[in-house]
Amino acid sequence: MPWDRNQMAARAAQELEDGMYVNLGIGIPTLVSNYIPDGMTVTLQSENGMLGMGPFPTEDEVDADLINAGKQTITELPQTAYFDSAQSFGMIRGGKIAMAILGAMEVAENGDLANWMIPGKLIKGMGGAMDLVAGVGRVIVVMDHTNKRGETKLLTECTLPLTGKGVVDLIITNLGVLEVVDSGLKIIETAPEVTEEDIRAATEAKIIN
Amino acid sequence: MGKIYGSASEALDGLLFDGMLIAAGGFGLCGIPELLIQAVQDAGTKDLTVASNNAGVDEFGLGILLQTKQVKKMMSSYVGENDLFMQQYLSGELEIEFNPQGTLAERMRAAGCGIPGFYTKTGVGTVIAEGKEHKDFNGETFIMEEGIFADLSIVKAWKADETGNLVFRKTARNFNPPAAMCGKVCVVEVEEIVPTGSLDPDTIHLPGIYVHRLIQGAHEKRIEQRTTRTA
Repeated sequence: MPWDRNQMAARAAQELEDGMYVNLGIGIPTLVSNYIPDGMTVTLQSENGMLGMGPFPTEDEVDADLINAGKQTITELPQTAYFDSAQSFGMIRGGKIAMAILGAMEVAENGDLANWMIPGKLIKGMGGAMDLVAGVGRVIVVMDHTNKRGETKLLTECTLPLTGKGVVDLIITNLGVLEVVDSGLKIIETAPEVTEEDIRAATEAKIIN
Repeated sequence: MGKIYGSASEALDGLLFDGMLIAAGGFGLCGIPELLIQAVQDAGTKDLTVASNNAGVDEFGLGILLQTKQVKKMMSSYVGENDLFMQQYLSGELEIEFNPQGTLAERMRAAGCGIPGFYTKTGVGTVIAEGKEHKDFNGETFIMEEGIFADLSIVKAWKADETGNLVFRKTARNFNPPAAMCGKVCVVEVEEIVPTGSLDPDTIHLPGIYVHRLIQGAHEKRIEQRTTRTA
């Protein structure tokens, strides 16, 4: 059985290490914070200017001056620090953030990532995604293996405008986990009752043994 | 040499002209200079280029300048919350120059520091890199991005003293310091102006050297996505 959103997030959380500073994207990546193992300290960055992002506030705690990069109200923690956007992206560009976990529309076999624009349709903008994938230590994509029309999102080459070139390190989909290696993608794990053959059938990108 | 003005409109008097470039602080609707944006709308200044991470929502923040069609071009990283923006963009009334968020912040900061251009890895191999100078450092390719030198900065802070030393609050700081730095003139709105000497000098986030005009006023501080948990 393929993984659901929460199971994909839980699998992504296994990539976290104690002491890491991590940036989580919008959507399934946000759920990863629910699965940080007990006893492990992981500091979440919100690129609008905060390290040490806490949970959503109670109704009484809501503060218009305290939001995450998805513009949702959040809370601070004892270790929280605030800073401006230039410093925030200074630490991203400067390689201080160990890992980014984000969603994608397409990933290519060479690690190219497209997740910000559909020409003629979606023109919202890239936000901080291009900075993150260019700057952080490791980029993990969490997404469904296929799109709403059932077409694979793991391609030989991306068809949509790129967010970054050769930037993805690991892909976690509802079918399994694939690592981006020199010559293509390598299956390193399958979801329960999903076979490597199922993944190959749902993938256009080159899968190596 | 007083910096304190009575209203947003008074603070902008003599600074606005058609076709100008304005840098605005804020992220989403958080920490936006809502009083100064309203005053720009009231002044009716046209053909504006606005460098701001976002474009507000339809009826609040920078969105109100789109309603009155005062904006010619936005320099932003994300405009997804604004339907009016989409309509005007698709009909060709409004230009957008998308900037990666960190590149936008650094272009403002750099200009404020007298740096006309810098090299970054962000956007290499994407449409953002098209037409820009590429240069290799230690075997890696970077692109050159230029500083944004604005005619005017409009900024929101939490508190100021009478000399314009600023303190921001939580994530409302965001683009406000870099936006403040990159303008020829910087006008700041705060929730409270306190007597000089009452702010601890070690806690000033942005020194008053960057601040030319200052107003105090009540802020709506609208919340874009109110998300809560049960206690």
